[in-house]
Formats: sequence, structure tokens, C-alpha cells
Amino acid sequence: MAEVICPENELIVIDKDQLLEKTMEMKHAKLRLSQACASYINGKYELCYSFANDKTYEFKTLKVVMEKDDAVSSITSIYPYATFYENEMTELFGCKIEYINVDYHNRLYRIDETAPFLPKEAKEAKKEGEK
Amino acid sequence: MAKRSVIPYGPQHPVLPEPIHLDLVIEDEKVIEAIPSIGFVHRGLEGLVDKRDYNEYLYVVERTCGICSFGHGLGYVEAIEHIMNVEVPDRAKFLRTIWLELSRMHSHMLWMGLMADAFGFESLFYQCWRIREKVLDMLEMTTGGRLIFSVNRVGGVLRDINPEQERIILDTLSGIEKDVRDIYNTFMTDYSVESRMKGCGHLSKVQAMELGCAGPFGRASGIRTDMRKRGYEAYGQLDFEPITSVFGDCYARCDVRIREVFQSIDLIRQAFAKIPGGDLAVPVKGNPNGEYFCRIEQPRGEAIYYVHGSGKKYIDRFRMRTPTFANLPGLCETLKGASLADVGLLIVTIDPCISCTER
Repeated sequence: MAEVICPENELIVIDKDQLLEKTMEMKHAKLRLSQACASYINGKYELCYSFANDKTYEFKTLKVVMEKDDAVSSITSIYPYATFYENEMTELFGCKIEYINVDYHNRLYRIDETAPFLPKEAKEAKKEGEK
Repeated sequence: MAKRSVIPYGPQHPVLPEPIHLDLVIEDEKVIEAIPSIGFVHRGLEGLVDKRDYNEYLYVVERTCGICSFGHGLGYVEAIEHIMNVEVPDRAKFLRTIWLELSRMHSHMLWMGLMADAFGFESLFYQCWRIREKVLDMLEMTTGGRLIFSVNRVGGVLRDINPEQERIILDTLSGIEKDVRDIYNTFMTDYSVESRMKGCGHLSKVQAMELGCAGPFGRASGIRTDMRKRGYEAYGQLDFEPITSVFGDCYARCDVRIREVFQSIDLIRQAFAKIPGGDLAVPVKGNPNGEYFCRIEQPRGEAIYYVHGSGKKYIDRFRMRTPTFANLPGLCETLKGASLADVGLLIVTIDPCISCTER
């Protein structure tokens, strides 16, 4: 029978200011950026960046929980191919990610509506805040 | 210095199976840079989590794509089952494995046909799709559907495979194995195929790792990663090793995918030899409360399914990261320096599934 390699997934909650530092650690550990996604849960943004080890099948996720008006730095300076993930996050949820290398300016999916996946109340509150 | 110009490629193009747009910066017939652009079939399916409860949402997930449908449903239910600590009966795990491997076979054969069509070998294209029909027939016989099966549910499966169907599947697989062997010989030894694919779109192992490539596209460059090694469903009880190549060109991608068809046939035989009796599903009570990233090996590579629930009927967030999304940066890299005539071929070699990518 073939050997099974299935370590448990690891979820690490970090501060938004630690994101670049922790991502750099992942890069040094030769982990692959496996996915990045945003969620809007209980009035806050949750940004998840997952890293995978292709040899040991380890899977680590860095989770940044931030207020809806906060901004986080892009990780494209460390993982250039994060550009599609980060463009998707900003376009679908309207979260602020600064300095994305190759910014599609909310036109990756060509959706006319702003932040279509953000709940209606959150969108209205955001608009009020901008006024 | 030669004059540079930009050629828009797609979304409507004879060689493209699905809509993707590329702005190709070219210099004399040579591609200098490719800038991808998607968004032609975005349907916002992930946003439907607040309209359908977590059991109904399974049917939305399955309809993301017609080719990877079974895998999407499986990834979603597995994530929910992990959050809810549901132990699926062994028989259901084996049945899921069998259907997933049949799905892989039909997906790879679809790709083989499209590849043959992309380099203008039309009779080979017909042969590939003729054999694929037999796989679809087996899926129809056991699940009732040819593309969207809806046999998964949280806690198990809805249908069984009886001994008569098992016999038919094993007999059909023997015939398919022989047919695919002939096709493999054509792909690998035919002079015109070889001259079209060998050395075309080379991507080294280091480049593939740097660009986060997944699935057969990455394995063709030597990345020895296959999510099935995680042992989910019945894979932990089956004997197999990831299929890789070291050449990293179109020829290697073709080689890896066709060898994976043989591997799937072998895995189905092993699964039928070891499948235990017993229940098909267990009753599930309550609602998912927690979050989990589930990773499975879809025909096109590693797919990730994220579920976040907070004990309610409706989950808070579902996110699907498909292999094509991960392979887009790799595609752009292989296009650099390629001849304009090879662009179609190179796009097809990543086996793009744009419907899954955009969801």
C-alpha cells in the first residue's frame, strides 16, 4: 500500500502588520502560495493566505482579521503570482490591499457592481463612512 | 530592433475551448509577453451561500463546471464532513474514489482530443472523444448523469454500484485500456505530433515551483505532488505513485496526462478489488460550525475548498481555488519566447477550465 502523507492543516491568526514578515518566513521555508481569499464575517474582513509544502504536504494558513476600513500590504513583492488572488479579493469584497503589482483596478472579473460579495449592510455602512 | 505590436487573442478563438483573453506583445512572430484577462463567465456562484442552505448548496457547487463537477461536490462535502466530524462509511469512500477516477479519465480524454484538434490531427481528436464516450456511458449507468452526477451528499453517497455494473465497468475498462494504448503510441511516436510538441513551451521545475503550478502541468516539470497522496477517501488504501516527467514541455504534459489515464484504470481495479460492503451514508445532524480548507486532486490539479460555518443552516463563506487559477502564471511564462503559431497549443496544454476558475 502507498504511503499516506497527511499532516493536519495549520491556521495561524496574525496581526495585519505581521503579514509581510510572516509571508517572508513562508517563502524562506520554500512553501508555495497555494491560495489567498477574503471573507466578511461578523463585520470584519478575514484574509486567508495559505502556503503548501509540496514534499511534506503541510498546509499552513495565515489569517488576518481586520476592520472594514483597514488596509493590508500586498504580498506580490514576495510571491508575484499572488496578483490574481489579491485582485480577486479586492474586486469581490472591496477590501483594501495596497501596492498590488499588476493591479486590475477591480476589473479582473469585469463586474460592474462594486464589492458584489460584501453584504448589503456592510456596503451601505462603507459608503456612509466614505462620505 | 523589430517593431513590437499587441495582438488580442481570444476570448473567441477557434482553438480556445473556453473564454480567456490574452494581450500578446509580439516582436516578429515571437511572443515577448502575455497579459491574461478573464471575467467573461463569472457567475458569482460563491455568493449564493446565503441563498441556499449547506445541503442545497452542494448542487450549486456541482454545477460550477461540467467537467470537474464530481470533484467539486466531493471537495465541498469533504470540507463539511471534516468540520462536522462525520465519519463516512468505507463503501461510500470507495465509491467516491471510483467516480472521481472515472471523472479524471473523461477529463483527460477530453483534453487529449482538444490537444489533437489544436495541432490539427482531426482523426486523433475523434478517436479520443470516441473512447471518452464509453467512460461517460459508465458514469451514466452508475450515477444517472453524464456530466453532473449529484451522487454525493454530506455523510456519504446516494447511489451504489451493483455487481453487474461492476462487471460491465471492469470489462469496458479493459477495452478502453487497449484503445488508449494505441492512442498513447500515436501521441508519443508519431513524427508530426512529436515535431509539434517536443521542446515547445518548456517550463523548468524551478520555474514551475516559483510560479505555484499545480497538477499534471506541474508534474510534467518534475514537481512530485499529487493530493491523492494525502489519502483522502479510499486513496490511502490504494497503491500508486504520482506520475511525473522531467522534460517540462508540451510533449511531457501529454505524456503525464495519458499515463494518468492508465493509472486511473489501475486505481479503479484496485478499488473494486478492495471495496467493502456496508452502508452508503450516515445520518448527519446539526449545522457546520468551524472552518476548513480541503484539498483534493482534480483532473487539472490541486483544488482547494474553503468552508466557514458558524452553526447556522447557511454557511458564511465558501471559496474554491481551482487548478487553472494556479496555472495561469505558469501559462504566461511558457508563452514568453513562443512563436505566435504555438500560442493556441500552449494554452491548451495547461488544460484550462475557465468556468471553474471564474465560478
